Amino acid sequence: MIKTGAQIVMECLIEQGVDTVFGYPGGTVIDLYDALYEYSDQINHVLAAHEQHAAHAADGYARSTGKPGVCFATSGPGATNLVTGLATAYMDSIPMVAITGNVNINLLGTDAFQEIDIYGVSFPITKYSFIVKDQKDIAKTIREAFYIAQEGRPGPVLVDILKNAQAGTCEYEPQVPRAIVPRTRNIKSEDLAAAAKLINEAERPMIFAGGGAIAAGCSENLLAFAEMIGAPISLSMMGLGACPSEYPYFTGMLGMHGTRVSSKAVSNCDLLIIAGARMSERVTGNAKTFAKHAKVLHIDVDPAEIDKVLDTTTHVAGDLNEVLKALMAQIDQKEDMTWRNQILTWKKEFPPIAEDIGSIPPARLIRKIADKLPKDAIVVTDVGQHQIWTAQYYPFHYPRTFISSGGLGTMGYGVGASIGAKKGNPNRKVVLFTGDGSFQMNCNEVITAATQKMDILIVVVNNHVLGMVRQWQKLMYHQHYSQTTTNRKIDYVKLAEAFGAKGYDVSTMEELDAILDEAVSQEGPVILNANIDMDVNVLPMVPPGNAYNQQIFSIEV
Amino acid sequence: MDNRYIYSLIVQNRAGVLSRIAGLLTRRGFNIETCSAAETDNPGVSLIVVVFRADEKSALQIKKQLEKQVDVFEVRELTSDSSVTREHVMVKVSANEDERINIISVAGIFRANIIDVSPKSMIIELTGNTGKIDAFIETIKPFGIIQVARAGMIGIERLGGAPLMHK
Repeated sequence: MIKTGAQIVMECLIEQGVDTVFGYPGGTVIDLYDALYEYSDQINHVLAAHEQHAAHAADGYARSTGKPGVCFATSGPGATNLVTGLATAYMDSIPMVAITGNVNINLLGTDAFQEIDIYGVSFPITKYSFIVKDQKDIAKTIREAFYIAQEGRPGPVLVDILKNAQAGTCEYEPQVPRAIVPRTRNIKSEDLAAAAKLINEAERPMIFAGGGAIAAGCSENLLAFAEMIGAPISLSMMGLGACPSEYPYFTGMLGMHGTRVSSKAVSNCDLLIIAGARMSERVTGNAKTFAKHAKVLHIDVDPAEIDKVLDTTTHVAGDLNEVLKALMAQIDQKEDMTWRNQILTWKKEFPPIAEDIGSIPPARLIRKIADKLPKDAIVVTDVGQHQIWTAQYYPFHYPRTFISSGGLGTMGYGVGASIGAKKGNPNRKVVLFTGDGSFQMNCNEVITAATQKMDILIVVVNNHVLGMVRQWQKLMYHQHYSQTTTNRKIDYVKLAEAFGAKGYDVSTMEELDAILDEAVSQEGPVILNANIDMDVNVLPMVPPGNAYNQQIFSIEV
Repeated sequence: MDNRYIYSLIVQNRAGVLSRIAGLLTRRGFNIETCSAAETDNPGVSLIVVVFRADEKSALQIKKQLEKQVDVFEVRELTSDSSVTREHVMVKVSANEDERINIISVAGIFRANIIDVSPKSMIIELTGNTGKIDAFIETIKPFGIIQVARAGMIGIERLGGAPLMHK
């Protein structure tokens, strides 16, 4: 059938099972939005207040549902506003398809109004990008974009469509999407055999799983694998939720703000099994000293991650779930419990430490809110101290319940991501832990949550300073608190009301107790501003560049 | 220790591929010494040869990064033992009547071709490996080089089968 390019975009989105799009209209996407008008019974559009947050919403939707998130933006500033969102998704390997408009082909390259080469801009921050100049290429391109976004190691894909291609007509033939199958083509039987041998020979194996474990959806097999080989599980921040926090042999995070138990375990293990983690310097600290005495088995779907940071003893490159299944068929059930008992002893000896400072200690705040929420609540964060506290103290039970910008560390990510998470999971509770610094970067987006009548609990963990930088200044920059004391007098209750949301302001645990039940059961967005002390630190900490076992447990001034 | 690496990439012949490959190398901190790109016998497929310096670990890492690009079908390392490589250069050199015969004799030694002669200069072309081209330029320098146009390296493995042209 003959359709316009813009209609073909809609048809292709429907082919891919897309029913939700986040975006913002503009000059070069009017055709796209005109088609959307026609398809509004099949595609639900969430109008953001800013394109950056439309991108973060698509990202939050993808992280919380596992399906690719989709966003629309116009050319020029609309497209450049997506950049931070694309980069955030790229760094954390999140499947996303961003569709932008661009000027007519006869204006392309003339520096026309709102013309920018977003295709060129996107190269280093997307898995792939396309520019479509002819409507005949739209269907093929959109299909390929969805395939690339999801296959192997996922990532964001940009499709820039010229205005003439959106408006022009051509023949459209529906097509069943190409199936996304777990990538196994690089899994070699000799690699599996070598890995199985290492595992069988290990007396003290330890598993460190990352975001790849979430992407592969392998939680069940990860636990079964850990049980078979008698290993504790540590997670990277991106991996949180892959193993329930109540699992007795879960040791918490590893790295800059990892637990003492994880640090002990990685110092003493004789085999470190890295499962779907890219070993960022925030995890390894000084990579030369990291797990120096252990053999290293690295499993990752992306062969380029192997030996990138850490030299491995052996590796298997392929879908984590498939690799774990294949390995379990080749390894022995471990009977000796000495190593696991050692882990339990360390867990008793070194419980998580949280500074109990101020009238609302953040760890208590986070746990108190967790107690009020169901186990499957989706927890979103912004970036900074509150993010790490949430990662450390919130008890996660399921994969895809912790949504946070790990790699890029995007302050201002949270509100958009929460909107995406809520849209993808309308029947689940969504809570955003943010900081005053992060929230001030994106609070305009609360209007979207209010307009959409989304129940999102936004907890501003407010220390009135840019706490993470302040902590570094305190520790390493002679307490020169350069530009980190914000001194902004914002009335969060009024701010909430201005957006048509409900606001609370608390400064003590008693005040929190008094309103918390009401706050979590409100309809629509809620801004709960919790004033905390400005000098609570994120601990333990491995100062940058140090060995991972040189943790500090307090910062004295 | 940095060594010179020559990678031969079989890529999808699509707009932006060269930019993407060059960007990837630059972004990860490598300077490209030479780069050549052109369509192969298959119009859907291009061959890109990049030459850069790196240590062994970084070179292997960049190979993996290149291999995972959507447009890249295959990456082969061209080593001096296993492959033949060539560069091409055109040199415009000052050549008055007195010097012309000397230049022609130098060109003859290098088996270079004189492809243009004008009253005050001539253009010489030469194909060869990097060492030969460097030596030729050094030898011709005293006559007065006006301009050098040097193409990126191309190369082909001596043995080995046809490259992979799909993913």
